[in-house]
Parts: sequence; structure tokens; C-alpha cells
Amino acid sequence: MGELITIIFGAIFINNFVLSRFLGLCPFLGVSRKVETALGMGMAVIFVMGMTALVTWPIEQYLLIQYNLQYLRTIVFILVIAALVQFVELVVRKISPALYQALGIYLPLITTNCAVLGVAILNINLGYNLLEAVVFSVAAAAGFTMAMLIMAGIRERLDLSFVPGHLKGISLGLIMTGILSLAFSGFKGML
Amino acid sequence: MLIAIVSLGGMGLLFGGLLAFAAQKFAVEVDPRVEMIQGYLLGANCGGCGYAGCGQYAEEVVAGRASLNACTPGGPEVAKKIAELLGVEAPAAEARVTAQLVCLGGCDTARSRAVYDGYRDCKAALMFGGGVKACRFGCVGEGTCARICPVEAISMNGTGLPVINHDLCISCGKCKNACPRQVIEMVNAKTIHYVRCKSQDKGKQVREVCSRGCIACGLCVKECPVTAIRLENNLAIIDGYICNNCGTCVEVCPQKTIA
Repeated sequence: MGELITIIFGAIFINNFVLSRFLGLCPFLGVSRKVETALGMGMAVIFVMGMTALVTWPIEQYLLIQYNLQYLRTIVFILVIAALVQFVELVVRKISPALYQALGIYLPLITTNCAVLGVAILNINLGYNLLEAVVFSVAAAAGFTMAMLIMAGIRERLDLSFVPGHLKGISLGLIMTGILSLAFSGFKGML
Repeated sequence: MLIAIVSLGGMGLLFGGLLAFAAQKFAVEVDPRVEMIQGYLLGANCGGCGYAGCGQYAEEVVAGRASLNACTPGGPEVAKKIAELLGVEAPAAEARVTAQLVCLGGCDTARSRAVYDGYRDCKAALMFGGGVKACRFGCVGEGTCARICPVEAISMNGTGLPVINHDLCISCGKCKNACPRQVIEMVNAKTIHYVRCKSQDKGKQVREVCSRGCIACGLCVKECPVTAIRLENNLAIIDGYICNNCGTCVEVCPQKTIA
């Protein structure tokens, strides 16, 4: 149990996917205009990352290692995740239109996004078992969501304040990401 | 090598089959008329109909929850096409409306009482003690309407007033809703002349803050041959659906407010 709490805390704060591993920067900068959309995106990422861990871990253990095919890991994971997300999208659309309205538009955006592929490969590299892998993935996605929400909150405030013309938009976004990342490096060494 | 090819190819085949199966099994039926109506609409996604975009409007109109002529950019032609497709009678065509600025208080005519250097937005400017201009009814001049216009029909001129290109205007009403002072109105596109002032102040106070504001002298009301003009709250108002564009009011107006 203590092990899992360590994994959760580490994935959210210490090795935050966006702010210290620098994975998933594209949606982080692209979909963080409003808190509402950031939350929708975050929920979709939590969902997809959890599913990814659940599916890629057995494939690594029972297929790739079995037949000595580890060098195909990246391409196999991309294939699996893309197919999985597409499949889930179809099912959700049929079964729950409300959920589809909330998550649907974000699902295709994060098909094999680097954060999603990253979490699948990190699960293998860190030698987790299936439970640890799923917990780590969901926690990492929660950390991603938290970073998105912080960024969206800052951006909503910035919209109302005066910003010099040459800093507007993506340049200020990158500067703020850097400062946020510095702040989060304060968690380093806690574990 | 062979195992790699077989397993990767097999997986691709498996997932492809799974997706094809799922696409059929979980297919969501979409009314084909929705797509056809979406084809008729102009696709500006202006939101003038009151729905989130052209796609949602098409859905609502097929479901019978939206009126057929709610699409103002499309006008009567689109309404007619939709009516034909749905097999109902086309609604009577409404006169085309266009956005019209009802203020002439540019920086050359209206008195300023402050300098504003903050965020370029009319609402933000108004938060600082009611804006720059002395007139409390006039255009703020920060160009919120020009930025919100989906077809770029509005531009700001040198005196800080928006200029509306009536040929480009698609009548969506976004500028009207965005204007914090309500100095943009949707008016009958056929009428040329309007009282371009919103000030409900008395004549003396209007003269103090603006050289082109309506002082409610009533000359235009007296001279109008078709009695399309009335006085309300110290302000002359032209009814665009009665006016015959004769231009008499423009000539008699002492403040040159009617333009």
C-alpha cells in the first residue's frame, strides 16, 4: 500500500508529466485556454491512460517478451493505443451520448499523444506490475490534469490583464510553463 | 523476423476487424437530412440563430425545435431550401436587417475626460469610472464589436468609431450583443438615414459633451412627410419600416445627428 502511495505522489508532484518530464506539452499549451476545456481534456487523458496501461502491460509481458520482440515496442504500442481509443470512442458514442459530448471531442486528439505513449513505455522501463502500472498511469494523468488546470487558471486571469504585444500568446505560455516547472522542481528530493 | 511480421500484421488485422465490427455494431443513426441542411447553410458558425453552430442548428431544425428562418446569413433562400427538404411551407420572408452604429461621438466630436491606456476592450474600459468619453450613452471606441464580427465587416476609423460595411454584414447580431453601451442596433437594411445618437440627456447637457448629439429639438419630427419620426426620452427615433428615405430630416437637423 505504501508503495502505491509513493507511486501516486511521485507521479503527480515529483515527476509531473508536463512540468518535469515535459511530455504532452502540445495539449498542455493548446487546450488550456479555459478551465472548462482543460478539465474535459484532463478527464479524457485520465481515461485513456488508465485503459492504455491495462492493455499494453499484458501485451509487453505475454507477447513481446515471449517472442523476443521488444524492439517493436513503440510501433506495437502506437497501434494498440490508436485502435483502443478509436474503439472506445465508438462504444461511448453509442452507449452514453452524454459522456461522448463531454469527452468525445478530446479522445481523437490524444490518440497516441506522447504522454500516452510515454506512460506505456515508462510502465515497462520502471518494471511495474499490472496494478502498479495502472495506478501509476492514472496518477500521472491526474498530474497532467492538475498542470492543465493551473495553466488554464493563470491564462484566464492573464486574459484580463495587460500583456506587452511581443509576449502575447504562445511565448508567454512557454515562459509560464518554465516558471511553473521551476516551482514544481521544489518537490524534488522529497522521496 | 517472420514472427515479427506475423504478429504485427496479425495485430493490425485483428484491430482492423475489431474496429470494422464495432463501427457496424455501434453505428449511431444520423438523420441524412441533418447533413443536407448543413450543406445549405453557409457554415460561418456565427451563432446568430442562437445555437452553438451550423451543425447544431441543422439538428435542431430537423427535430422541429428551431424555426426555419433562424439563419439570418442564409436569408430567405436558405429558409426556402430547408422548407422544401422538410416538406413544409416556407415562412414569410423577413426584411433583411443590418448592424448600424447609433453614435457619432468620435474623438473629434465628443469631449473626452480621461485617457485610457489599458486592455483594449470596451467592457474593460467602462470599468474604469465609466470610460473615456464625457457622454454616458456614447460609443466607448475600443473596438470590441470589430473584434467579435465573424466576417470582418466592422473596422475602426481614425476617430475611434466602428465603421460597418453593410454589404458584408450577415445580420448575426454578435456586435449588438457584445456592445456594453448598446450603440449598435439591428435595423432595416433598406433605410439609409437613422438618428445616430442614443443620449437621453437634455439638449444642453448633450451640447456640453458632443457636437453631434441629438438635442431633441423636434425639427425632424415636424418636417418628416411620412411621420416616421417620434420623440422619446429626449431622443428622436426614426422608424425604419415607415421611412421612405427622402432625406428631409438630414437637411433640417441642426446638429447633423441624422446621417
